[in-house]
Amino acid sequence: MKNKLLARMARLGGLSSALLLAGCEMDVLDPKGPVGDGVKSLIATSTIAMLIVVIPTIILSVYFAWHYRQSNTSAEYLPKWSHSNKIELIIWGVPSLIILFLAVITYQTCHSLDPYKPLEAEATTKPLHVEVVALDWKWLFIYPEQGIATVNQLAIPVNTPVDFVITSDSVMNSFFIPRLGSMIYAMAGMQTQLHLLANEPGDYLGESANYSGRGFSDMKFRTLAVSGDEFNAWVDKVKSSSEQLDGQTYPKLAAPSEANPVEYFAHVEPGMFNTIVAKYNNGMVMDKSTGKMIQVQSAMSDMNMKE
Amino acid sequence: MLGRLSFSAIPLDVPILVGTFLGVAIIGLAVLGLITYYGKWGYLWKEWLTSVDHKRLAVMYIVLALVALFRGFADAIMMRTQLAMAYAGNPGYLPPHHYDQIFSAHGTIMIFFLAMAFMTGLFNFVVPLQIGARDVAFPFLNNLSFWMTAIAFILVNVSLFIGEFSQCGWLAYPPLSESQFSPGVGVDYYIWAIQLSGVGTLLTGVNFFVTIVKMRAPGMTWMKMPVFTWTAFCSSILIMVSFPVLTVAVALLGLDRYFGMHFFTNDGGGNQMLYLSLIWSWGHPEVYILVIPAFGVFSEVVPAFSGKPLFGYGTMVYATCSIMVLSFIVWVHHFFTMGAGPDVNAFFGIATMIISIPTGVKLFNWMFTMYKGRVQFHACMYWAVGFMVTFTIGGMTGVMMAIPGADFVLHNSLFLIAHFHNVIIGGVYFGYICGMNFWFPKVMGFKMNETWGIRAFWFWFVGFYFAFVPLYVLGFDGMTRRMNHYDNPEWHIWLLIAEVGAVLILFGIVCQLTQLYVTIRDRNLPANRDVTGDPWNGRALEWSTSSPPPPYNFAIVPHVHELDAFMHDKENGIDTRCAGGPYAPIHMPKNTAAGFLIGVFSLVFGFAAVWYIWWLAAIGLIGVIGTIIARSANKDIDYYIPAEEVARIENEHSRKLMAQAAE
Repeated sequence: MKNKLLARMARLGGLSSALLLAGCEMDVLDPKGPVGDGVKSLIATSTIAMLIVVIPTIILSVYFAWHYRQSNTSAEYLPKWSHSNKIELIIWGVPSLIILFLAVITYQTCHSLDPYKPLEAEATTKPLHVEVVALDWKWLFIYPEQGIATVNQLAIPVNTPVDFVITSDSVMNSFFIPRLGSMIYAMAGMQTQLHLLANEPGDYLGESANYSGRGFSDMKFRTLAVSGDEFNAWVDKVKSSSEQLDGQTYPKLAAPSEANPVEYFAHVEPGMFNTIVAKYNNGMVMDKSTGKMIQVQSAMSDMNMKE
Repeated sequence: MLGRLSFSAIPLDVPILVGTFLGVAIIGLAVLGLITYYGKWGYLWKEWLTSVDHKRLAVMYIVLALVALFRGFADAIMMRTQLAMAYAGNPGYLPPHHYDQIFSAHGTIMIFFLAMAFMTGLFNFVVPLQIGARDVAFPFLNNLSFWMTAIAFILVNVSLFIGEFSQCGWLAYPPLSESQFSPGVGVDYYIWAIQLSGVGTLLTGVNFFVTIVKMRAPGMTWMKMPVFTWTAFCSSILIMVSFPVLTVAVALLGLDRYFGMHFFTNDGGGNQMLYLSLIWSWGHPEVYILVIPAFGVFSEVVPAFSGKPLFGYGTMVYATCSIMVLSFIVWVHHFFTMGAGPDVNAFFGIATMIISIPTGVKLFNWMFTMYKGRVQFHACMYWAVGFMVTFTIGGMTGVMMAIPGADFVLHNSLFLIAHFHNVIIGGVYFGYICGMNFWFPKVMGFKMNETWGIRAFWFWFVGFYFAFVPLYVLGFDGMTRRMNHYDNPEWHIWLLIAEVGAVLILFGIVCQLTQLYVTIRDRNLPANRDVTGDPWNGRALEWSTSSPPPPYNFAIVPHVHELDAFMHDKENGIDTRCAGGPYAPIHMPKNTAAGFLIGVFSLVFGFAAVWYIWWLAAIGLIGVIGTIIARSANKDIDYYIPAEEVARIENEHSRKLMAQAAE
């Protein structure tokens, strides 16, 4: 009887985790990059580990309630029984062991999936640098190496690690591309970091995961993961735009707008990102390599950008 | 003269609000008319509004909670309907300005005015009776607490028709909630509602802490205290420690908004991360403040309907206390994505998971309470077993989100929304409704209708899964919370299913209302009357009194010999009531209008502060201070119930008991 129950439970556990792992078409469960893969397998492992307790708990709560119903007089009735060291040992012990296991993988994955940690691929492939600014209500992407900027469209070459530095020139947002994995907050005057990589070409949803006001629902961007050649062609296309991003045009861009269309800027003033961060810190910005605060030197720094 | 207030603040251009206003006005006038027609104003004022009796306050708290439930649920079903419509270019029927207020109000109302008020109602009713006390430690403060909560709820609802409510979510994260980004009155309504209700909640925490520490019946040592009282005790401690943090966080936000300070602004040295840290070091304990008493309810209900003592009482107490302590060291899990280092995230992630161990133990304890018992499928047990199934799933998804690596893709998604509704509905709400069904006969003297109670359960239970399983799926599909419209066709079908779930829950609420109606209609049927005061063969002291209990609860303070004091007395033939006396006069607190007046003046103050009507705010403040001084100077605050009167009430109950026994 007991073995049968266990076998049935094991089958059920297998079934539900299979459903979960079937991948479906769901963004987070069908990742297109190593970070997303790591998160997905973490979700799967932890779910299976917990189902070891969860499924028996659910089955036993219903089974006990049913089996020991008042009308079932054949069931044993012990009106005084309320303690058993053996049961106590099991109900404290088994969950503790599972949590111990989860704690170990939590500690490991906190380090392996740390958004600030450069990806392993960086050892062999030179990463692409992208600076992200959350604005009301659109995303500005600055490519410092290419000297270009875009709004609401992010192109990245596949199989190339991308190093994002993220800030906000408005309220708090969260930078999130579900197909690629982790998200991180965008906060004014601060820089957060994220490392992602797409290993399959595609057109992926990008969004803010932190509510930021009226235009939040349309604060979406497309992530174009393309081959290296296509990426270069895309950069050329952006460079052929007539728009420039500098101290004069930036305030117009930063002004609140909803459902902003994709915009290309052929040229972006160097140091733009640092200037945006520094304007909330008396012109200072933290140098990420040394951790020291440095004064921003740029043509924009004497411009008063505060509202 | 009127500060920021002008006629343009009244949203005559929003038909939904005008309709709501007319509805509320008609129902309000009808209620007032009925009270006048039946000449009940004096009764209402003397017996209820000014009452310091914990039992009366309990009823008023629960009525308040049910009104909040209707408002909060109306918000919920409007949101679900909006999202069922608003995709692929269809803007839906709620523009962002309105929709953003609705989700902010939904969260605020459900937590502060449904859950907190319901919980306080249960505390008020059960705790003094369970510990053999005649009232709470500070009866007047108890009445004041109620009025502060009630007027804060009124203030939130005033924002519907005058001005607007916050559009910053239920926790009003800065910098969005700073005046730079939210210049309107919405956040100010939020701030004053939270601050005023916070006064009430904090006083409740102090009151019940002192009551439980100081007023237990002789013989009731800590480890003979009923589990519900233990949970109320832990919850009160959490309230005392965490609510001041909320008050400070919201006060600092208020200073930013009212005096141009820079605690949480982007510039001037402010830091939004500080607010997140403060608000969640209240916010996380808060969810345990709510759910621990629900655990307490199940710990009373499951033994009563299993015909057995609670399995593992000691474990239950230790588990509750360890949850209480642990709940303070997990708050960072609400913002793993803020950029903290891996070691910090790992610490808070693991601390969070550890909470699931004592919580899991509790579930097993309830299961083993049913094991080898005689389980009666009363409506209460449906809620209890439904809770065990649902809450287990919520616990699992909670642990998933506690793993920072997984949270990096689940944070702020609909998966999160599904998770916390899973524990708040499946844990807190099921628990409180279970408690209401359980203690109702004690409060009113007649039992709740079971058929409608079971129907309500099934609609809520099935409706919950329809409404929230799709949200888990949508979270995996990358849909974030608080969206007003979307263009992903894959999301649409799930949002339609969730809408069906919301409608099923609506039927659940309708069944609950019907249950109340049928219960009151059939109250005099002999099968429904609770003559003995002990309809479920209860175990704790509250069942030793008559239903409803006399104003003084216990004519003679009972002596506690064992855990499950009343059951012990019943089994050993001890008369807990000591019927026959001798009785002594009983010292009682007098009803007072002071709590009501302080509440009304606070409401005036809060409303004026929202609109910058400073002269009116001054009147409100002076009114509050003046009432406090007048109350403090009043020496006529108590009276004695003469021994003959006590004897009369007690003997009458004894006669009823004997008549019942003779049948």
